[in-house]
Amino acid sequence: MSESVKATIDSDSTGNVPGAPATRVIKRHTLATRLWHWTNLVCLIVLLMSGLQIFNAHPALYWGEQSDFANPFIAIHARTAEDGERMGVVRIAGQAFDTTGVLGLSDDNGQLRERAFPRWATLPGDKWLTMGRNWHFLAAWIFVPLVVAYLLYTLLVPQRRRALFPTWVQLKNIPRTLLDHARLRFHHEADYNGIQKLTYLLVLFGLLPVMILSGLTMAPSVNAAWPWLTELFGGRQSARTFHFLCATALIGFFIVHIALVLVSGVFNNLRSMVSGRYRIQVEAHDGSEPRHD
Amino acid sequence: MTDSNTRLSTSPAPDRARRRLLGGLCALGAGTFLTGCDRLSESAPVRAALSNVEQLSYKAQRLIASRQALAKEFDESQIAPVFRPNGTTNPQEDYYRAWVENGFADWRLTIDGLVEEPMTLSLLALREMASRTQITRHDCVEGWSCIGQWTGVPLADLLDRVRPADTARFVVFHCADHTYGGSDLYYESLDMIEAYHPQTLLAYDLNGEPLPVANGAPIRLRAERQLGYKQAKYVMRVELVESFKQLHGGKGGYWEDRGYDWWAGI
Repeated sequence: MSESVKATIDSDSTGNVPGAPATRVIKRHTLATRLWHWTNLVCLIVLLMSGLQIFNAHPALYWGEQSDFANPFIAIHARTAEDGERMGVVRIAGQAFDTTGVLGLSDDNGQLRERAFPRWATLPGDKWLTMGRNWHFLAAWIFVPLVVAYLLYTLLVPQRRRALFPTWVQLKNIPRTLLDHARLRFHHEADYNGIQKLTYLLVLFGLLPVMILSGLTMAPSVNAAWPWLTELFGGRQSARTFHFLCATALIGFFIVHIALVLVSGVFNNLRSMVSGRYRIQVEAHDGSEPRHD
Repeated sequence: MTDSNTRLSTSPAPDRARRRLLGGLCALGAGTFLTGCDRLSESAPVRAALSNVEQLSYKAQRLIASRQALAKEFDESQIAPVFRPNGTTNPQEDYYRAWVENGFADWRLTIDGLVEEPMTLSLLALREMASRTQITRHDCVEGWSCIGQWTGVPLADLLDRVRPADTARFVVFHCADHTYGGSDLYYESLDMIEAYHPQTLLAYDLNGEPLPVANGAPIRLRAERQLGYKQAKYVMRVELVESFKQLHGGKGGYWEDRGYDWWAGI
């Protein structure tokens, strides 16, 4: 496998438009990274949607070891309003929100029915806990070993560490990079910028491990084997709540990720994750960020 | 429904129409994916692959959790005020009603199947045996948890008395209740490792009181490293078997016959 950020002058980079900044095409992502990325996409969609199916079996979250049924932290249900109409309600820490049509009460084959997450968001679409669990565990058995392998690969291979851990200069440039992002000015360089690196590190070494470890504590057998793991989260119901909140954070990451892919050159970005080739500007925008290739 | 009608009567601005189109395309994409997965859920090879995943989870958990690894036990102060009952909570069978009326005085537990010395025990005889008390957390497959204190006879002690044959591979628990008033009796099963686990009990007390009808009187199974649906209530017969083939749907449990994993450690 060739190094991910090693620049190789590409023949088609000679076709630069006169006057436009000089560009060239580099090999940005290794085959391993690309395969992992797209496998993750499929796994995460299956995990999310089957997870919502499982959540629907008891659509309430609590803190601590057990369920305080009268006082959930978050609950999604349907109730009858004063005017006799059925409505969907999400309750978060005692506050109620009307979510009719999407959460709590939604269209299910032409009829409004009580279900926490709507039909289009769950796998399978029907209320079917066992099949939701089956899909969840199948995807988890593919996803988790690959995450563990990728994290080790990232920690152990020096050029992977360089590609993901920010330099001091990049950290210092974060306010400037933020400002550039706000103005939709994107710099296409071989290296990730400071924000990208911190975000990927947070997801890779923060969200994903918490997601996986809290998921493991859902299993009574794992609780018996590693009781400290459940205690780390403050109890089994807290772990379930963390599992849900991390999934929500991952959706947030997903939305921002897609938005930035779209606005910062969707063709170039997609190509870099399909064939590995990525077009960069030859000269750094202001010379302040050092090159690492 | 009236809501969508009023929405249709106001003509949408052009960018709303475009947004709706984009939303529609996304929904179509998601819909195609969903229908695909829903269809896959029905196909035999996919179901076979999914049951291989169950085997994988079973073996992996057996590997990390030693035979004797104990489920966490809690403090008295953590016991839930009401232990939430689930599934059947008030069996209506005539024989069961009669047992309740006379305080289970003529109720008997049978232990038979692949054993050298089949036995029949009264509730009193069970209560006179050495007991174990444990405060544990019950985790339902739906996602909720409840902490309760259980007192009962370790199943291992009963198995030692009936002496299982070498061919016995599973312990099956036959229950008194027709689940949800249907035609099938509830039943469950454990492998020998889980059956001999020190926290596996036939429990007759909950929180220091005789087990209420809603929670499985007169005795229920506690297998603390398994999900709630394994914790069979209203147990009347314990049978040792080599396989589940001859029993009901052949999958080793009421919910297992309806698609749930036999391995309930996950």
